[in-house]
Amino acid sequence: MFKVLWFEVGRYWIFMKGLLIKPEKFIVYYRQVMLELVSIGIGAMGIVVITSIFMGAIITIQSAYNLVNPLVPLYAVGIVTRDSIILEFSPTIILLVLAGKVGSSIASEIGTMRVTEQIDALEIMGINSSGYLTLPKIVAAIIILPFVVLLSMFMGIVGGWAAGALSGVVPSADFIKGVQDQFVPFNIAFAMIKTVVFAFIVTSVSSYHGYYTEGGALEVGQSSTKAVVYSSVVILIFDYILTQLILV
Amino acid sequence: MIEVKNISKGFKGKQVLDNVSCLFEKGKTNLIIGASGSGKTVLMKCVVGLFEVDKGAVYFDGRNFSEMNFKERKPIRQEIGMVFQGGALFDSLSVEKNVMFPLNMFTTQTYKEKLDRVNFCLQRVNLVNVNKLFPSEISGGMKKRVAIARAIAMNPQYLFCDEPNSGLDPQTSIVIDNLIKELTEEYNMTTIINTHDMNSVIEMGDHIVFIYKGKKFWEGSYEELRDTDNKEVNDFVFATKIMKAVKANG
Repeated sequence: MFKVLWFEVGRYWIFMKGLLIKPEKFIVYYRQVMLELVSIGIGAMGIVVITSIFMGAIITIQSAYNLVNPLVPLYAVGIVTRDSIILEFSPTIILLVLAGKVGSSIASEIGTMRVTEQIDALEIMGINSSGYLTLPKIVAAIIILPFVVLLSMFMGIVGGWAAGALSGVVPSADFIKGVQDQFVPFNIAFAMIKTVVFAFIVTSVSSYHGYYTEGGALEVGQSSTKAVVYSSVVILIFDYILTQLILV
Repeated sequence: MIEVKNISKGFKGKQVLDNVSCLFEKGKTNLIIGASGSGKTVLMKCVVGLFEVDKGAVYFDGRNFSEMNFKERKPIRQEIGMVFQGGALFDSLSVEKNVMFPLNMFTTQTYKEKLDRVNFCLQRVNLVNVNKLFPSEISGGMKKRVAIARAIAMNPQYLFCDEPNSGLDPQTSIVIDNLIKELTEEYNMTTIINTHDMNSVIEMGDHIVFIYKGKKFWEGSYEELRDTDNKEVNDFVFATKIMKAVKANG
């Protein structure tokens, strides 16, 4: 098992080395980045907004349910919701969701290109295929996903506020007071650092699995599944490492 | 001219090519024939550098391609056009963008110049009014022709075709065969075609290499092939009734 793991890690770094080769033509890469911005960012908006609203609502109601001590003020629910969303939910859970959506899409796209010899066609033309296919996706994800995560934070807090107010568990004024109370701006910076790292992980790991697909349609599906599983595990490992390094 | 010198290639301990040497001449359609699994696709992929050879070398007009790194190979790669078995057109790009792709990557031409070249190449393969269609919207024969148009867009010196007739009806196959032969003569290219379609052998085989169990078993012209006494070659090439009749009638 360790042999396989080391093989995969080694091959991943060899694959990533391809990204360091100078692009054949910057304008072509720039256009690809623009297309990927739309595909990765705009394409993910729907699921991010829906997930964020409902997760914000659930965090609020569950926090209120657990904070029944009369010594704990109601606005604490707002604090808990805000910090949960900013520190963990938006940068980590949303990126895990995107590992499923964007990651599987990248792996199946590149995997299909591999099994239909489109990657061979790029290589024959003298194009650095790993760089051409992967670099624009990584750059686009690193640019657009922080904005997606900021949107997720906003929608999560709005969802929490709406759930609290509509259910009557946390009055609107208390929730808003809690959201504004003891706010630490660095938490946003921490979330952005995590987002950039996770965006890199999702796109590079998924591209790697797609690029080394061998076989046919069945193997493309397997690569897609592997991309999601490996991205998710690596995200969680780096979540722990970054939290330990930056917050503690 | 492409010279293959003593190349061997194996995968996971299994020898697929064993000490193969052959010469593919300029201005001729060179055919690699052999049964499925004989190693002809591996031979072609070794020649174009998609597989690295274990032993031996491939020379493109005297330049040792096998010893070059990715950067050194780039200029030669831009002299290569390749038509893949399934076409290998980029699904996300229209026919026009597919043919324009190498021009976008490697030339500094204006959009109009590139479009003129694309239209010229598409007309050359007898395709009109398909510029805006996507690969999923055209037939198998049209895909092959678009792939040929893309392959010749950069005026290649070397053209490689991996089973260009697979999955095509006999009439379309003849159209593709004739097109490849015409283009080879027109641009004086070194063309290498990997096929097991015996009609192609008759239609355009200037020089034929027969691969058998990973070894070059026989090499010669179509006339020599027709008259050979070699049992393995005869068993493979003249296996069908039609081909037997061809041999009998000369």
